[in-house]
Amino acid sequence: MKPAISIRQVKKSYGALQALDGISLDIQPGEFFALLGPNGAGKTTLITSMAGLTTPDTGTIEIMGHDVQKDFRNARRQLGVVPQELVFDPFFTVRETLRFQSGYFGLNHNDDWIDEIMANLDLTSKAEANMRSLSGGMKRRVLVAQALVHRPPVIVLDEPTAGVDVELRQSLWQFVCRLNQAGHTIVLTTHYLEEAETLCGRIAMLKLGKLVALDTTENLLAKHRPPGMPLKVLGDDGAADLEAVFVKIMAECE
Amino acid sequence: MTVVSSITPLAQVTPPPIHSGFLALFRKEVKRFYKVAFQTVAAPILTAVLYLLIFGHVMSNSPKIYGFEYAAFLIPGLVMMSVLQNSFANTSSSLIQSKITGNLVFVLLAPLSHIEFFVAYVGAAMIRGLCVGLGVFLVTIWFATIPFEQPVWILLFALLGSALLGAMGLIAGIWADKFDQLAASQNFVIMPATMLSGVFYSIHSLPVFWLKVSHFNPFFYMIDGFRFGFFGQSDVSPWHSLLVLLLVMVMVTLIALRMLKTGYKLRN
Repeated sequence: MKPAISIRQVKKSYGALQALDGISLDIQPGEFFALLGPNGAGKTTLITSMAGLTTPDTGTIEIMGHDVQKDFRNARRQLGVVPQELVFDPFFTVRETLRFQSGYFGLNHNDDWIDEIMANLDLTSKAEANMRSLSGGMKRRVLVAQALVHRPPVIVLDEPTAGVDVELRQSLWQFVCRLNQAGHTIVLTTHYLEEAETLCGRIAMLKLGKLVALDTTENLLAKHRPPGMPLKVLGDDGAADLEAVFVKIMAECE
Repeated sequence: MTVVSSITPLAQVTPPPIHSGFLALFRKEVKRFYKVAFQTVAAPILTAVLYLLIFGHVMSNSPKIYGFEYAAFLIPGLVMMSVLQNSFANTSSSLIQSKITGNLVFVLLAPLSHIEFFVAYVGAAMIRGLCVGLGVFLVTIWFATIPFEQPVWILLFALLGSALLGAMGLIAGIWADKFDQLAASQNFVIMPATMLSGVFYSIHSLPVFWLKVSHFNPFFYMIDGFRFGFFGQSDVSPWHSLLVLLLVMVMVTLIALRMLKTGYKLRN
């Protein structure tokens, strides 16, 4: 089976800054995968490279076997990206926004799926509301809906819960977990490590553009557990565990 | 948030028929200006009418041009000027707004080629330019008797002129990083070039030096060729104007397509 995402020796620099320094990794179909790292580690550059928003200097990225540069149409059809920033088009309603987004992907009669997404994201009552009138949380839900409108098998969420209240955060993860159970591959970046530990089966850690750790969540916790810290069962109050492991790995890479 | 329905498993989903995303982007761009039509269509029509009322009155005693009163000479120029300025404004303002607010990312994430992107934006700009031009024409036609000697030339120059300015607006919108830069390109390039292109006068009334300078202004050929369609007379041959317009169109299109293909100031 081809990987959902295949990244090979990807390098990207901005002047003197090496944003990505030879990243290689595969993410398998159906995985719930976390991409972690401090600010400036290269997470967003890697995501934008997957989405074709940034062109790597060297290396290749394939989404479901389609090269993001050479076969960009098929690669982009396989990928849905929820951007980090809360961006929206102030001219349109929620339904118009989703219909246009669907149309960009060549899906002209997609209202059944749009209604299904809106129902799942509790957006139905806001379908005819202008984007400007929505609260931050509602706009975040529309961003998620836009990423899903073409039913992509691979979904990338770039810090989707930054600045989001607890209720929306929990319900968003509940929905994303259901998407994962329905067969969608999920790639997540977050600074809330307890989210990554609870949700993700595998974790990659980046620092200064380099891949410094890549393993299952369980193995990472077991291998890199700081001395003196008791081994906890995954998901059983494990938040502090991954945070400690993250700090330790980052310190080792100084 | 309440989860109200289950999600269809991916393996059970039948892939729907896929079309080009071009039409959706085109429709979005048309709807964008339609939603604020008071600002994007009605206001430029009013501006053109004010030009006609003021210049038409002040110049009412001036000698006839091509054998017609000044107001009749002025109206086709005002129509074409409105077409050009609004075609430019549509692509440039849409792009700069989308870039600055960040929502352009939704178009860039879609499987649209650089050609589809170009045709959708320029096509919508043409629609706006032609709507405004038609509006100006319908409002101003009552102020003078205007002939229609060669309607095909009218249509040809209106279509090509709006496409050219739509493409130029695309380049300006991609190039500009802030509203200030876009305003500079509009106020220091597009506005003077259109105002000094013979909208308000025949270039043969100019001193020799400025007459020669006018021949380096591509906007002059667009206005002059368009006007030929009405009067059957022009300052230069319409074929000459058409050739210049086509050459500039090819050059501008190639630059715009190159910018889109390489993702200049859009990707990276």
